[in-house]
Amino acid sequence: MAALDALVNDARALAAGEVVPGPEAEVARQLAICNACRYCEGFCAVFPAMTRRLEFPLADVHYLANLCHNCGACLHACQYAPPHEFAVNVPKAMAEVRRETYTSYAWPQPLGALYKRNGLAVSLALAAGLSLFLVLALAFNGTLWGGDLQGDFYRLFPHNFLVAMFLPVFAWAVLALGLGVTRFLRDVGPATSAQSATPGDLSGAAHNVLTLKYLDGGHGDGCHNEDDAYTQSRRRAHHLTFYGFLLCFAATSLGTVYHYVFGWVAPYDLPSLPKVLGAVGGVSLLLGTAGLFRLKWRRHPLHGDAAQAPMDYGFIALLFLTSLTGLLLWWLRGTDALALMLALHLGVVMALFATLPYGKFAHGVFRSAALLRYAVERRQPNPIGIGDD
Amino acid sequence: MVDLLVIGGGNAALCAALTAREAGATVMVLEAAPKLWRGGNSAHTRNLRCMHEAPQDVLVDAYPEEEFWQDLLKVTGGLTNERLARLVIRDSSVCRPWMRSHGVHFQPSLSGALHTARTNAFFMGGGKALINAYYRSAERLGIQIRYESPVDRLELDNGHFVAAYVGTERITARSCVLAAGGFESNRDWLREAWGVNERGESPSDNFLIRGTRFNQGVLLRHLLQDHGADAIGDPTQAHMVAIDARAPLYDGGICTRIDCVSLGVVVNREARRFYDEGEDFWPKRYAIWGRLVAQQPGQIGYSIIDAKAIGRFMPPVFPGVKANTLPDLAQQLGLDIPTFMQTLNDYNQACRPGTFDHTALDDCHTEGVSPAKTHWARPIDTAPFYAYALRPGVTFTYLGLKTDETAAVHFGGRPSGNLFVAGEMMAGNVLGKGYTAGVGMSIGTTFGRIAGREAARSLQLQEAAHGRA
Repeated sequence: MAALDALVNDARALAAGEVVPGPEAEVARQLAICNACRYCEGFCAVFPAMTRRLEFPLADVHYLANLCHNCGACLHACQYAPPHEFAVNVPKAMAEVRRETYTSYAWPQPLGALYKRNGLAVSLALAAGLSLFLVLALAFNGTLWGGDLQGDFYRLFPHNFLVAMFLPVFAWAVLALGLGVTRFLRDVGPATSAQSATPGDLSGAAHNVLTLKYLDGGHGDGCHNEDDAYTQSRRRAHHLTFYGFLLCFAATSLGTVYHYVFGWVAPYDLPSLPKVLGAVGGVSLLLGTAGLFRLKWRRHPLHGDAAQAPMDYGFIALLFLTSLTGLLLWWLRGTDALALMLALHLGVVMALFATLPYGKFAHGVFRSAALLRYAVERRQPNPIGIGDD
Repeated sequence: MVDLLVIGGGNAALCAALTAREAGATVMVLEAAPKLWRGGNSAHTRNLRCMHEAPQDVLVDAYPEEEFWQDLLKVTGGLTNERLARLVIRDSSVCRPWMRSHGVHFQPSLSGALHTARTNAFFMGGGKALINAYYRSAERLGIQIRYESPVDRLELDNGHFVAAYVGTERITARSCVLAAGGFESNRDWLREAWGVNERGESPSDNFLIRGTRFNQGVLLRHLLQDHGADAIGDPTQAHMVAIDARAPLYDGGICTRIDCVSLGVVVNREARRFYDEGEDFWPKRYAIWGRLVAQQPGQIGYSIIDAKAIGRFMPPVFPGVKANTLPDLAQQLGLDIPTFMQTLNDYNQACRPGTFDHTALDDCHTEGVSPAKTHWARPIDTAPFYAYALRPGVTFTYLGLKTDETAAVHFGGRPSGNLFVAGEMMAGNVLGKGYTAGVGMSIGTTFGRIAGREAARSLQLQEAAHGRA
């Protein structure tokens, strides 16, 4: 009986969370409970993926954590959620691991620490600093206010200057995130059957990414925000933000094509395609980020990792300011404020791209990669042959 | 004064409250637990046993009334009321659209539970998601909900409900539904019911309670003792399964089950086997193992498996005791090594070669050992070896209030006109003993809805009587 008592104590200590060396171990602890329960299998991809495993080594934990969309369904449905002594809160545990994912797979690695400091203040300070720099440059040049620009901002910053300024920052973001997610996949691949993705996997994963399938709750009524009621608002706000961002990006890209291929120089006016894309995208981004901010502000306190809220707000704020200053620039283009607005807009956009590889943007990249591996893995027979008597 | 007071806050209580509210009654729900622990045992459930004549959304094939009835008859050994049982069975085939209308989502069987794909409709997210949906619906419909409001006594007038007391607060209502669960969380009552066995032990002291700590049976005892309500059932009968001995005292729920019994052997504290581990598929047998373990010395058993079983059963929540040799395993468990080795050697030698198939009643069985193991008997000979200690885990008790098809509480054989009962407080009318997965929620849903409907009807009768007077 002594052995049993020791076991009981160990188990209780484990269940009470007394020996939890890190976020990954905490996920493994909680998933051992989930795997013996499985009530949440219908909600999302995480739990079906969990049932293919009996143990949860590091790579598996990082994979599962990034599959998790933090929808909250499993928390509100959990019979073991706090105040239960098992203290199961999968969305929170997963969120804490995700920050470890971003940090440890960041390229170059030492910059991974930025994820822990990339808060609202840093984002705003960076945007303000860069804007101020441009404002001062214009002021010294005597072109900050008024002047007969006729809406042509290339007279302030020549096109090639803008390209020289933004291309390296953008290329760095693509490179850093690309290498980061490649390193992630190098570890997660073997943990998810090691098979390569087929075109079908890619399109399946793309579908799940682009529709945010796993914010639908499994039943289509949506996910959770402030309480146990289902809502589509998080999905909608994400869609407005994401597609708004894409439209703005498409507008810029198309402008580049116009510039270099056709020699049509900005500014473009309605109803030109870049302008339509930019206007619709800008408004969509504005509404989406305002929605995300409001939802985040009202979010249930047990969802996710509160320590990462500054990073989330920082990203939301930069996206919001990007669209706001962009729309204001368009509106005030014919006025004396053109130069000032341009400096503000460029400063904000620069800050957005500079923080892209070490901020909340990473969640989309790593989650897409995890969803791709899920598409591959689910095609394979379940390696655990539980006798379904 | 509200029309209906519902005492309890689980599935049956909310089914009654919602049904009565839909019929136009004003309703107040008194839940003993705080909001975070609301829902009683319903928060631990996962499905509903459903009759159906043809495939029905998440349910495959058919599960006709007669088959459901035969299943119930078998597990209860005839200790059931056919009229009430058939009422439950028929209602289980039509209640789900109503459940959906209150926000409950269903899903096909979970992995590891495909044997119930035909008979049981699973709640997406389990019972707590169902309970949350019902509470949201109740709030939307204007039902008053009070948490942390345990009722300790009722004021009755000749079997007619007058008021309920929460401490010193007197709450009156025109009718009342009792749906406050069994008494399984009341350690003293369990001790009284189970008494002392021939070894001088009080067996219930070693029971774990799989569900809520709030089912203290206060009202049940009050109704039976102070008001002489008609009783049904034996206080030692309960839904009782063998669970991991390390489970918490309360609310261990589903994850503390140990699913490897049929893949190995089970020995007691004296290192001896005591029952055929391979009698039938585990889901059909798990409900008898709680009682079997309760009858063993110290109310403990040890499920022993070897490496061949790993990955073939639902992963247990706590890791097993692991050893590379059987004597080492016995030592870690604190069992007498020579007896343990004798038991295991006898068993291993008795295993006859066969074709192992865990998904069928295969031909792997023992010969010349008692008790026999009639299926899935393979020698336990491949290291590493694992052991899981088992304790009886009580889900809910069957002693309850006797009722009829109107869910009325009875006094001296006469039904009350405005006091009704639903859920675990009356499940013993249908379940005299034994259990079959999901039937508790079928009973709770059916009788909750009946109680709500009858309570609403009692208001009309009271009004009509009042009008005549």
